Amino acid sequence: MKIRIKFRKRGVMKFVGHLDMMRYFQKAMRRAGIDICYSAGFSPHQIMSFAAPLGVGLTSDGEYFDIEAHSSPSSSEAIRALNETMADGVEVTGYVRLSDDAKSAMSQVAAADYELRLPEGFLPSYSAEEWEEKIKKHFRDAESFTVVKKTKKGERALDLKPLVYEFCAGECGGICFFLKVSTGSTENVKPELVLDALFERLGICATPAVSVHRREIYARTEDGRFLPLLDMGEEIA
Amino acid sequence: MSCRSGNFRKQALSDEILMRVEKPARYIGNELNSVRKDLEKIDIRFAMCFPDVYEIGMSHLGIQILYELFNRRPDTWCERVYSPWPDLHRIMKEEKIPLFALESQDALKQFDFLGITLQYEMCYTNILQILDLAQIPFYAKERGEEHPLVIGGGPCAYNPEPIAAFFDLFYIGEGEEQYDALLNLYKKMKKEQKGRAAFLHEAAKLEGIYVPSLYAASYHEDGTLAAFTPLADDIPKKIKKQVDRNLTDSVYPEKPVVPFLKATQDRIVLEIQRGCIRGCRFCQAGMIYRPNREKDVSRLKELAQKMIASTGYEEISLSSLSSSDYSQLEELVEFLIGECREKGINISLPSLRIDAFSLDVMSKVQDVRKSSLTFAPEAGSQRLRNVINKGLTEEDILHGAKEAFSGGWNKVKLYFMLGLPTETEADIRAIPELANEIAMLYYDTVPKEERNGKCQITISTSFFVPKPFTPFQWASMGAPEDYIAKAGIVNGHLREQLNHKSIRYNWHEAEVTVLEGVLARGDRRLSDVIKKAYENGAFFDAWSEFFDFGKWLDAFEACGLSIDFYNRRVRFEEELFPWDFLDAGVTKEFLLREWKNALAETVTPNCRQQCSGCGARTFGGGVCFEDKN
Ligand code: SF4
Repeated sequence: MKIRIKFRKRGVMKFVGHLDMMRYFQKAMRRAGIDICYSAGFSPHQIMSFAAPLGVGLTSDGEYFDIEAHSSPSSSEAIRALNETMADGVEVTGYVRLSDDAKSAMSQVAAADYELRLPEGFLPSYSAEEWEEKIKKHFRDAESFTVVKKTKKGERALDLKPLVYEFCAGECGGICFFLKVSTGSTENVKPELVLDALFERLGICATPAVSVHRREIYARTEDGRFLPLLDMGEEIA
Repeated sequence: MSCRSGNFRKQALSDEILMRVEKPARYIGNELNSVRKDLEKIDIRFAMCFPDVYEIGMSHLGIQILYELFNRRPDTWCERVYSPWPDLHRIMKEEKIPLFALESQDALKQFDFLGITLQYEMCYTNILQILDLAQIPFYAKERGEEHPLVIGGGPCAYNPEPIAAFFDLFYIGEGEEQYDALLNLYKKMKKEQKGRAAFLHEAAKLEGIYVPSLYAASYHEDGTLAAFTPLADDIPKKIKKQVDRNLTDSVYPEKPVVPFLKATQDRIVLEIQRGCIRGCRFCQAGMIYRPNREKDVSRLKELAQKMIASTGYEEISLSSLSSSDYSQLEELVEFLIGECREKGINISLPSLRIDAFSLDVMSKVQDVRKSSLTFAPEAGSQRLRNVINKGLTEEDILHGAKEAFSGGWNKVKLYFMLGLPTETEADIRAIPELANEIAMLYYDTVPKEERNGKCQITISTSFFVPKPFTPFQWASMGAPEDYIAKAGIVNGHLREQLNHKSIRYNWHEAEVTVLEGVLARGDRRLSDVIKKAYENGAFFDAWSEFFDFGKWLDAFEACGLSIDFYNRRVRFEEELFPWDFLDAGVTKEFLLREWKNALAETVTPNCRQQCSGCGARTFGGGVCFEDKN
């Protein structure tokens, strides 16, 4: 059976890279006694695939991976067993069964929510409302929002307007930006890139140490709605 | 907008620094099974250091054992520390950030003890890096009441003299034995506020503890050691190695710390025995861990199950100097195969002798077509193998290889040493000749249609370094160019072999070997050289990309000491060695007898065949007391 697992990654765990997180969860599966399937042959590996890699330095409330299992306890039981053997800062928050013909998490990823927080003492010290106005002027009301993307082959101009679905500012013990951006293998937008482009338009050149937090990852339904990846499965009773 | 939770743990390094360095996960701690304690409830803070990068240090079993041993004490919190990589090193120096322990992220300078494990000589400058970044004075004599006690242990402590000046004390032998007594003494004297000097004096009376500042060395005019004496009457003249007689019931890391990063040894390590019954004359481990002691198989089964459950590792490996000599190997391996199959866990079986049994087992646990066979003949000719007492004959090798080829293997790794005592050009030429013969055997054994391509033979040679407490401690070494010339002979003669296209050759660097030789058998005067080399910028000497022999040559010159004195000189039978004040179990008489046997090309039987009276029987356990037929 196919199972989708959601977890959070916080605190110092943000310094553990994507490949190391995969290795971490492979061991965790064994410790928690999850009846995961293995590939055949010598040095078997677990049938496990992650939705969207998270860069080093980022925290998240919405990380996902899918596994293939022979059998499974209830969702709540599996979550409990996994959380009993987690390092501080990693917490499993969801465990659902997918239909057998479900596509992999990776191929379903369409968008993600991010929260970007400005460091304390950031200048200029605009209020949340002032930031909102600037976003409205330069992004929401603008025809396009073009950035220059550096690629291996050189530079390429890219209009982010159709790829950034939401962009607003708010107050959260400091200034926070909220972004919903296109994510996945076709058009993957880094939220820092969007914010940098705004700063550029405002003449802010110092790249501040913005902390980036992913909140959720979505798939897109046929009618165009964004659905959190976890909602594509069923709780196991 | 919801707020995410911030940092719930102290971090010694800022996010900004961690984002600037390579592999920040080296410095954050927080690994599964790492131990955290309440500072209010403990008396002793111990920082355990492996002076190399995290991925190497985390692979070391000895530290995991001591970590468990110390943390079992409710009054002690043992934490870990490794060498910051050069990128972080620069930042810490610039910003004056003190080196910290991983678990608490607290500065080392506020600890009671800083323990440093000494696994290879080339880490000596990294010891100074640790002290430097920790903001602890290099020399023990410059430390005050506010500084941690710096204690060393591990194989290089069997000649602690070159680094003696940097340590307050050394622990000689296996930690399981005497550490409780040492920590109890410390706790008592700390409560009584007796002070550092008084504690060191008392500690020096404990078996196995060496306090370098309480001994004085004097030298003959020719530079050799004249006398080595305690400075007080109540301090022992000889310091006795500590041996754990009952390995089966000893503490073992049932919940080892599991790193996030891929460590060099990224697997469960099951120590099946300590010591070795075979007295290879070049091998220090085979001498200093005598007598050979086995762990009972039922305990090993229990440990394997517990460690699989507590770590989730995908691989388990047996650890010992010679696994084939473990008397219950078959039972253990069968058990592991049964236990691991369903759980998708690989089994790795290093240091196995190649024979019918091991080939059968290996074909069950690994992909024959992808894996390689390893032989360590160490010397190319039978004559030289007799000199080094390596009881592996050409017939054993060829027979093992033939069976392996029939079983489907086609990759063979061969390990040799160059520069062994009495070595001649013929012995060196025998190395590629043996490789060629193995290749020939492959083409003779495996019919063309069954071959999985060519056979692939890899020869690796390292240069021999004489070590203390081995029969070869009297041997002289060569100059770097001598070593390069030897490797050149192997390479040249390899080209003349019929099957040279199936054979690859790797060799070790020569300058590192020379330095290793000096540090292995050096005396107290070398501390200044090591400090000078560090000040010249030498560290991570075990890493070829950082090793710079020039920095060392300058340091020797500045201190007025000569490499040749330590390496090229002929040592006389009666010479007093800097490490002779240690009692490692094997007696100097035995070692000398073995040195003479070596020169006479006489083989000495292993401990199970016949006891050779090496002296290790006095520890009262292990193979010396097994029934001999
Ligand atoms: S005393 Fe004899 S049996 Fe014991 S370790 Fe020495 S040689 Fe081997």
